[in-house]
Amino acid sequence: MRASILGAAFLAAFALGAHAQTQGPIRIGEINSYKAQAAFLEPYRKGMDLAVQEINAAGGVNGRKLEVVTRDDGGNPGDAVRNAEELLSREKVDFLVGGFLSNIGVALTDFAKQNKVFFLASEPLTNKIVWDGGNRYTFRLRPSTYMQVKMLIPEAVAAKKKRWALVYPNYEYGQSAVATFKELLKARQPDVEFVSDQATPLGKIDAGVVTQAISDAKPDAIFNVLFGADLAKFVREGETRDLFKDKTVVSLLTGEPEYIDPLKAEAPVGWYVTGYPWYAIKTPEHDKFLAAYQKQYNDYPRIGSIVGYTAIQAVAAGVKKAGSTDTNAMINAFEGLEFMSPFGKVMFRKQDHQSTLGAYVGKTAVKDGKGVMVDFSYKDGSDFQPTDEEVKKLRPAD
Amino acid sequence: MSAAGLLVQLLNGLADASSLFLLSAGLSLIFGVSRIVNFAHGSLYMLGAYVAYSILERIGGTPLGFWGSVLLAALAVGAIGAMIEIVVLRRIYRTPELFQLLATFAVSLIVKDAVLAIWGIEDLLGPRAPGLAGAISILGRRLPQYDAMLILIGVVVLAGLHLLLTRTRWGVLLRAATQDRDMVGALGVNQALLMTSVFCLGAFLAGLGGALQLPREPANAGIDITAIGDAFVVVVVGGLGSIPGAFLAAVLIAEIKALCIALGTIALPFGLTIAFPKFTLVAEFVVMAVVLVLRPWGLLGKPQAAAVSAGPPETPLAPAGRAQKWLASAVFVALLLLPLLAGGNSYAIVLAIDIFVGVLFATSLHFIMGPGGMHSFGHAAYFGLGAYASALLLKAAGLPMPVALLLSPLGGGLGALLFGWFCVRLSGVYLAMLTLAFGQIVWSIVLQWDDLTGGSNGIIGVWPSAWLASKTTYFYLALVVCAACVLAIRRILFSPFGFALRATRDSSLRSEAIGIDVRRIQWIAFIVAGAFCGLAGGLFAFSKGSISPETISVSRSIDGLVMVLLGGVQSLAGPVIGAASFLVLQDQVARDFEYWRAALGVLILILVLAFPGGLVGALRFRLRRA
Repeated sequence: MRASILGAAFLAAFALGAHAQTQGPIRIGEINSYKAQAAFLEPYRKGMDLAVQEINAAGGVNGRKLEVVTRDDGGNPGDAVRNAEELLSREKVDFLVGGFLSNIGVALTDFAKQNKVFFLASEPLTNKIVWDGGNRYTFRLRPSTYMQVKMLIPEAVAAKKKRWALVYPNYEYGQSAVATFKELLKARQPDVEFVSDQATPLGKIDAGVVTQAISDAKPDAIFNVLFGADLAKFVREGETRDLFKDKTVVSLLTGEPEYIDPLKAEAPVGWYVTGYPWYAIKTPEHDKFLAAYQKQYNDYPRIGSIVGYTAIQAVAAGVKKAGSTDTNAMINAFEGLEFMSPFGKVMFRKQDHQSTLGAYVGKTAVKDGKGVMVDFSYKDGSDFQPTDEEVKKLRPAD
Repeated sequence: MSAAGLLVQLLNGLADASSLFLLSAGLSLIFGVSRIVNFAHGSLYMLGAYVAYSILERIGGTPLGFWGSVLLAALAVGAIGAMIEIVVLRRIYRTPELFQLLATFAVSLIVKDAVLAIWGIEDLLGPRAPGLAGAISILGRRLPQYDAMLILIGVVVLAGLHLLLTRTRWGVLLRAATQDRDMVGALGVNQALLMTSVFCLGAFLAGLGGALQLPREPANAGIDITAIGDAFVVVVVGGLGSIPGAFLAAVLIAEIKALCIALGTIALPFGLTIAFPKFTLVAEFVVMAVVLVLRPWGLLGKPQAAAVSAGPPETPLAPAGRAQKWLASAVFVALLLLPLLAGGNSYAIVLAIDIFVGVLFATSLHFIMGPGGMHSFGHAAYFGLGAYASALLLKAAGLPMPVALLLSPLGGGLGALLFGWFCVRLSGVYLAMLTLAFGQIVWSIVLQWDDLTGGSNGIIGVWPSAWLASKTTYFYLALVVCAACVLAIRRILFSPFGFALRATRDSSLRSEAIGIDVRRIQWIAFIVAGAFCGLAGGLFAFSKGSISPETISVSRSIDGLVMVLLGGVQSLAGPVIGAASFLVLQDQVARDFEYWRAALGVLILILVLAFPGGLVGALRFRLRRA
């Protein structure tokens, strides 16, 4: 009798039989950690939905409507791979999009290679997706960790500070950001010294002790890679302890609404950051996006909204250029594909499949009790890439 | 670093210790009396922070308003705790040990999604405490006034709890119940009321801890999981049920972390450097492992009285009857036919492979947990070691894939050989916590050893050989390996070794008296379980093509526990059915519900309340009555 329950369990699973393949819409399989990373991914989903609506209202792509099928991987790479298999075998999606956490992004990248499926990694930042782990089936939209750090280097050099402290979450993202920062800064400013190196457990920073330790090392400048709750704790403890007084702070991602908004009036002032000042960007592309987004959701966009929206625009442009959703045709179309995003014109590079989507670099300030970016400028991603020789060395041949 | 700097760092550490203590005191109380592994404690702490945020928004502008809000939030969480006890836990006290863990796990899933639904997705940074926003100057450095206040509150709560436990009638009853609950009941004390009040106080303390943390940390939906880990460590290091022990443990852990951060990166001779701050990733677990190895009952704990199980005694295992064998064979044959029926590339095949891996993982865990009586909270370590062993043998050593897979049990087995030696010297919850500590230590090594393990991104390109690469072939491979292993585990349990193992569980004293080397038997059981689990890890790695430290994470260990408990710990078919039903449920629910974690929690809760013996237990009960 025990065995029959097992049988029943299996039957239950298999009774949910396969759908018949429909010829109609273009089906996009999207995998993300929706609930585990809700702060980024809820706006992301809204951005996606908006783009799909707009494109379908305008008649779709090549006469076919777009349809997105989303799956929640629960923050687990194994489940993400299973979701990918389910989307392909049962939902008959034409290609895959998604990823937030880098380990999931990397797992899906390799899955795409093994199964010869087109995959657009929309968000994961790790360099590995386009460098040593890259392959011909995978493209990446968001500027990589390397690119975003490189965008901040001019500000770091201009500050002319000698003693730098480093603080970052203790996993690949933080480690590779700091390694890039050290290497690039040292190249431009050989006498630089790194006086404190604080790798803190993700989500569990002992902020008081860390700020005190950095302060005791007497740096003139700080490079920060913390984000989320860790950032909020670091900023508050640092302010109470006067850590940031008279110091240059260069900080990755801090200008993104996801991370600066929770700080409200306590947002740091005068930090050089990458981010997304949606309230002050004045370009026709962004105005149009902003108006549509606010009309639809009665809320302002976050960087997640931009990434979700642009990812759909990218695949729509790619399918249009390819004329079909055939994997090889898609790859050929994406190599060198140009399309318009809310941040302006974006291109997917042929040599490493990285897009040239950029980011805004500026200085933080507080206005009306909210953290904002001022004196910012858009850094086009094409200006912050490794050289072609470096890419060749980093990336395995197809 | 100067002496003054060090001193201030130790003060900073004390503030952290105080918040750790506030977080853990309630858990220690509940744990000590009820032996319930309250997995929802972190969720209650998180609720404290969120509820306090909402109240502070309205009345937090003045010092009175601030402290009033903190107290109100703690009271509210206390009420929620009492409700959880009355609605859920009270119904399942008489179930096999640890079963309550399943219920509290379900509650934690529900709370997580409820928080997102009620308070939204954004982190909520609370206001600073009015009147305590500044800092005190000490030795030329600045210590936040609020941190000083926290240190004070920690000491006050410690003293208050101590008085409550030693100087009041309620405290006397509580201590009596800690020693022998049935006797307290026999003496006419209303046990239900006592347990509700303990749970309420424990939840109140959790809520207080969460609310007090709000000026230091934004309320966010990830606090629960970090909080629960820290709380368990503190409680176990301090000694179960010992409030002063918890305080001591909190101070020890927080100060060691503070010291590591203060030391920074130290250069050694020969060009070596040690980055002490990186050690904070795993400091508490290393402390716990060291303390448990040296002092098996924690710093201030007393040897645990042999746990008097509240549930009915376990019936001896019976070999499968004729009907069972037929049914098992029929299921196996049905599975063999599955690719033909469902189609070779269908999702059914994909999901089935995950289920086979889950079944083997759960069965290996059940082997030491059920018949072995050793609860492992860190079983994912052996899964991960097996997965990494085969991935590295394939990628780094260049072995062919089938060989790499065949050697994966070595990874899990060797890990279990090492850790098991320490673990079998403990028992009960202490053993469980030591396995957890080893699991976390393995996890952090894999995460940090970038050159070998690929760090947090893991290893990619771990695909099966071409002749095994098709889904159908891999399905058959997984099915055959998994079925063979489950049968082998079963065979071992009915061998003399299996009988000896069960004897050590039922009475280690008597076993020793009749000449069984208890520790050796348990150690071997650990290694066997680790090896089978490692094979599950190897199968997993090749089915996914990549692995990352997630394979070793606590959540995977918890999933294993949930599978075993859901199926029923007292039956050999339990883990098989538990794993299959959990994975199918999770897969289905994640697709159909937006708040799928809460939905899964509700489903588990219903199963727990309807079938307190696990799914198989319930089935057996029905059969016997029919």
